[in-house]
Amino acid sequence: MKHFDVIVIGGGHAGCEAAAASARLSARTALLTFNKDDLGTMSCNPAIGGLGKGHLVREIDALDGIMAKAADYAGIQFRLLNRRKGPAVQGPRAQSDRSRYRHAIQNLLSSYKDLEIIFGEVVDFFGSDDEVLGVVFSDGSVIQSKKVILTTGTFLNGVIHIGDKSESGGRMGAQASSLLANKIYGYDLPMGRLKTGTPPRLEGQTINWEQLEEQPGDDEPTFFSSLTKALSCEQVSCGITHTNARTHEIIRANLSRSAMYGGHIEGIGPRYCPSIEDKITRFADKNAHQIFLEPEGLNTSVIYPNGISTSLPQDVQDDYVRSIYGLENAKITQPGYAIEYDYVDPRCLDSDLSVRSVKNLYFAGQINGTTGYEEAAAQGLVAGLSAALACSGKDPVVFSRRNSYIGVMIDDLVTRGVQEPYRMFTSRAEYRLSLRADNADQRLSPIGKEIGCISNERWEAFSNKMDKIEVLRNDLRSSSFSPNELNAQGINVAADGNRRSLYQVLSFPKVGFLDLVGLDKRLEHAEPEIYRQVERDALYANYIERQEKDAERLKKDEAIAIPKDFSYEKIEGLSAELAAKLNLIKPENIGQAQRIDGMTPAAILVILARLKVIERNARAGNA
Amino acid sequence: MDTIFALASSPGKSGVAVVRVSGPKAPDLGRQLIGDSLRPRYAHYGTICDDDGQHIDDALILFFEGPKSFTGEDVLELQIHGSIAVVSAVLAFLGAKKGLRHAEPGEFTRRALENNKLDLSQVEALSDLVEAETEGQRLQAQRVLKGGLRDRCEGWRAQLIRAVSLLEVSIDFADEDVPEDVTPEVIEILAVVSSSFDQELSKSAGAERVRTGYDVAILGAPNVGKSSLLNYLVGRDAAITSKIAGTTRDIIEVQMDLSGLPVTFVDTAGVRETSDEIEREGIKRAIMRAEEADIALFLSLEGDLPDGLDDMPNSYIILTKGDITGRDEAISVKTGAGIDNLIDKVVTVLSEKFPSSGVLIRQRHLGAVSLARDSVNCALNMLQDESAVFELASEELRRALHQLEMLVGRVDVENILDEIFSSFCLGK
Repeated sequence: MKHFDVIVIGGGHAGCEAAAASARLSARTALLTFNKDDLGTMSCNPAIGGLGKGHLVREIDALDGIMAKAADYAGIQFRLLNRRKGPAVQGPRAQSDRSRYRHAIQNLLSSYKDLEIIFGEVVDFFGSDDEVLGVVFSDGSVIQSKKVILTTGTFLNGVIHIGDKSESGGRMGAQASSLLANKIYGYDLPMGRLKTGTPPRLEGQTINWEQLEEQPGDDEPTFFSSLTKALSCEQVSCGITHTNARTHEIIRANLSRSAMYGGHIEGIGPRYCPSIEDKITRFADKNAHQIFLEPEGLNTSVIYPNGISTSLPQDVQDDYVRSIYGLENAKITQPGYAIEYDYVDPRCLDSDLSVRSVKNLYFAGQINGTTGYEEAAAQGLVAGLSAALACSGKDPVVFSRRNSYIGVMIDDLVTRGVQEPYRMFTSRAEYRLSLRADNADQRLSPIGKEIGCISNERWEAFSNKMDKIEVLRNDLRSSSFSPNELNAQGINVAADGNRRSLYQVLSFPKVGFLDLVGLDKRLEHAEPEIYRQVERDALYANYIERQEKDAERLKKDEAIAIPKDFSYEKIEGLSAELAAKLNLIKPENIGQAQRIDGMTPAAILVILARLKVIERNARAGNA
Repeated sequence: MDTIFALASSPGKSGVAVVRVSGPKAPDLGRQLIGDSLRPRYAHYGTICDDDGQHIDDALILFFEGPKSFTGEDVLELQIHGSIAVVSAVLAFLGAKKGLRHAEPGEFTRRALENNKLDLSQVEALSDLVEAETEGQRLQAQRVLKGGLRDRCEGWRAQLIRAVSLLEVSIDFADEDVPEDVTPEVIEILAVVSSSFDQELSKSAGAERVRTGYDVAILGAPNVGKSSLLNYLVGRDAAITSKIAGTTRDIIEVQMDLSGLPVTFVDTAGVRETSDEIEREGIKRAIMRAEEADIALFLSLEGDLPDGLDDMPNSYIILTKGDITGRDEAISVKTGAGIDNLIDKVVTVLSEKFPSSGVLIRQRHLGAVSLARDSVNCALNMLQDESAVFELASEELRRALHQLEMLVGRVDVENILDEIFSSFCLGK
């Protein structure tokens, strides 16, 4: 019988990243999936990154994950979103060639010597009711492992809807693994139901491109991986068009035939990614909605029309698509559909993504109620690292709200749970100014080095860059200038007689590094990559310092740990509802408890008071 | 959870004393004292006997069934005879019961807070109300106890959350269909909130003074009638009056309730040229004290002032001994002439200088709201500057929100609570 340290079930974005992470830590890892084509498939829109999501990809890269490298290899149009706003809220995004992405992922996975990819259908876990020790395949064979990571997306009771037709299944054409699903239901974990939708895919050759607005990529591409230095393939543009009154009329007349509006779907959909039915119903006064026509690759003419996801019957989809400017003759290659699925309430997970009530089992990805490739991959990374570290008896990596978007997401999931498919936004990160896409390596690569998940190549490149940054920063700090000297260089400074270092001057929103070069000869030789980074660090320096002071004050309370066996039932003054919630989530500290939905200051007090009593008793016991 | 008890009325002799019992054992105790006829919110007559059947006292007993009680728990109130011996016998009787214990300082209020009967600002207001000595203090505490501060905060929070969400939409959905410029609406909201902060801050400028009191210093040359005026005001011999110059070397303070304002009159050493070192020190202190005071009353027979007292802001010249000098505008402690006017003037000046009709009644409240205002103004400047630093403006607004949340106790509660509860007296 084969024996592994870590088994990963599922070859989507979470599964691939989990398997790679585990293998990077030299855990003997198996990735189990139905077939090779599943590995690295982009099941929804052909793009990686965006606001918040781009941050996640950079963080994955900082720990040497595979998503960033694959996205750079597959990128056919790169855009840095929010370019005109500050660096903290800029997000890299790229259109991807689906097939290049899949190949990149498969190539990257095959480079890990500790990773074995096994094809087959898992139907059961090996082990007992509260402990997983391996997996059982449909042919009855067993593989044992110390840890199992489940990343099977929407396979739990997934139902696909097109109009009033529905069929069970994960995504279009994929098998639903219902036997394993039964096993999961058997654990009696808290569950919920969600839905999401996709647009119809179009044949690009039937689109009148000449008359449509073109959206090109940036002149200077912003890559995801810090190791990528150049484009690896041809670049293309997207097209832009809009729905119109006629489109809305067609949809409105057929609303009752939509799966979502005809009462066929009960799951909760994301508010930020509404179907076209939702858009024209909820924003009835808007007479046009924007559609991005995104190419799915260089060697395919299929177009993904982003912005018109739907669950209307196919004939209605034909009608409304053809009512749109530029799409008058468009042919649908695959109709849009809605998918409903069960998810596991992630509040039953610990922050290493292990299931609290079942030993050795981890969940990552859409099964935890998230949406998006990047969110899935980031969870896969966390689960993969956690499982591998646990195998060798080491402490899990701590991703916190202070150090990463990954930490923000994990904390949100395990303490707040999800009410709609969870997607990352920059506004979820309270330390947004310090958690930037541009400094993901500064935040996480040292951690990666410590646990041993990053390559020598990356560490050397990173150390080299940090040395140069340090030198430049010291140069900027080591000399100071009077307001007169600065004003003479065209830098507006209050004539208050205070001398300022150039680093201080660089923190003024309107001052850039190139404005300073005339003041200090040493600055002339700085490389663009280095001085731009210093510029970004300096811009927020004052704010970050202030935030850190604030955080320090809060930390005292937030850091108070709540013991795992802490019982909320015995605490009076806690509502039954809150007590039940707390028992489910089992916050690890007061900070987590405070962020739970519906938590009141009074309830926190009650818990603090009880903790003090326990502490006092313990001290009395020791004395 | 323990059932707690304590004397709720003030210790010492009184007609009636009230002992309060709160917690799960309260109904059992009530039934033991008056039988099964115990009903919520009814006055019962009962007898308190110790376990040997020995009679301790007769009592009026009230039962409040949770959550409709002060603490939100089941509460029993025993109205007994206000004798030191009776009270201590009853407390001993309760203390001997299993599951009952004497309350820690502030524990009743703490339970009310924990059971969401009060928010943090209301707890503070309750403490103020219990301490209130003047009408102004009572009114001020009542405003906040009724939820005035919480309501203001909720209003501000709702507006700031709207502003933040507008900024965040334009940040997080920049690649989507949200083309309208949100800046004008955000600026409009922030301008309203900022001026509302200003208004509340100016209304509450004197609130802390209503709690802690105002200082009025009485200064002047020796023998000009300072101590006599103070004695007249107080109506008793609080300061020594003497015709010998220099007797009043030490500062003597008297607290008074003037039309609801708590005012401390401070008598000071007479100011004159002197070679006596101790007296000079006294004079130096007198002048310092006058500078710190909210009002300095310079007493004088003819309107002239000794050197060192000219040019002090907040000062008013009061002519004295009208019965001797014959001046109509002078006051006289012999005839009482002009004293009512003087008091009216002091009250008017103090109330105008320190308005206190608002809900920010503590330094903590004023501090939090002015920090919130600073942050909002900072965000306003950024947005009006059009350099599109939305993420920094949003950061400032989050900071403002955080300050408001601190006010009603959403975060960082423990530190605040330690401070609040440590100032609490037993049984409130």
